[in-house]
Amino acid sequence: MTIGILVFIFLGIVAVAAAVGMILSRNTVYSALFLILNFLTVAVVYLLLGAPFISFAQISVYAGAIMILFLFVIMLLGTDKITTPDPVRWQRPLVIILAAAVVIEGAYVLITRYGAQATASLTAAEVADPATIGTLLYTKFSLPFEVTSIILLVAAIGAVVLARPKLKEGGNQ
Amino acid sequence: MTLPLIYPLGLAFILFALGVVGFLLRKNAIVIFMSLELMFNAANLVFITFANQFQNADGHIFVIFVMTTAAAEVAVGLALIVSIFRSRHSIDIDQMNSLKG
Repeated sequence: MTIGILVFIFLGIVAVAAAVGMILSRNTVYSALFLILNFLTVAVVYLLLGAPFISFAQISVYAGAIMILFLFVIMLLGTDKITTPDPVRWQRPLVIILAAAVVIEGAYVLITRYGAQATASLTAAEVADPATIGTLLYTKFSLPFEVTSIILLVAAIGAVVLARPKLKEGGNQ
Repeated sequence: MTLPLIYPLGLAFILFALGVVGFLLRKNAIVIFMSLELMFNAANLVFITFANQFQNADGHIFVIFVMTTAAAEVAVGLALIVSIFRSRHSIDIDQMNSLKG
């Protein structure tokens, strides 16, 4: 058992514990902080899997921008202390059944394919360096890249329109 | 130095399952969004694992696209939540039943 596997197991335990904490935490702010911890550990897993650029994009975009947006909305609405009531009575067995279905499906696939014994190399390859990614992004994937920019523009406009307070009937601005 | 492929795939699967559980179990719309992000994250982990396995950078590109789409989705979704909270003073999804047929 190499040191890489030990590091991976430790990171996995932290990530799963953070995810469980996010689901079970009653306070929404704690949920968001647990999710940030989860994103950070997954970013280190990316680093372990030889994806340094994605790792730091994960930290800056997910753990940075997106989670700050979450925390900002939580604190703007002041909903961090609102305790949600328990789910409707018939829903909880349904949740357990559906979640168990997902777990059994995934475990079945993982166990039946385990015989393949494929291994991932833990050496950082040149396949993942930012220059390669940038070149691919502007050559092979230039059309999806432009479409993504339009998606972001539409989302920004949509967010402004949706979150804007309603103007009064008489007020014309 | 190598890592059996089952480890990252297993981690991604556990995180995805936890995201499903959180999505189904919680009533707070913001926590539901966070569970969604957890599932995106698990999918990204699978992309990175196989990009590493096949030494092909296309998976990395796709992860970047997933991240931008998730950012757009979060911006619009949180704006919707703010808008709903303004009119109903609650983000409990059980309260959002006025579109029921």
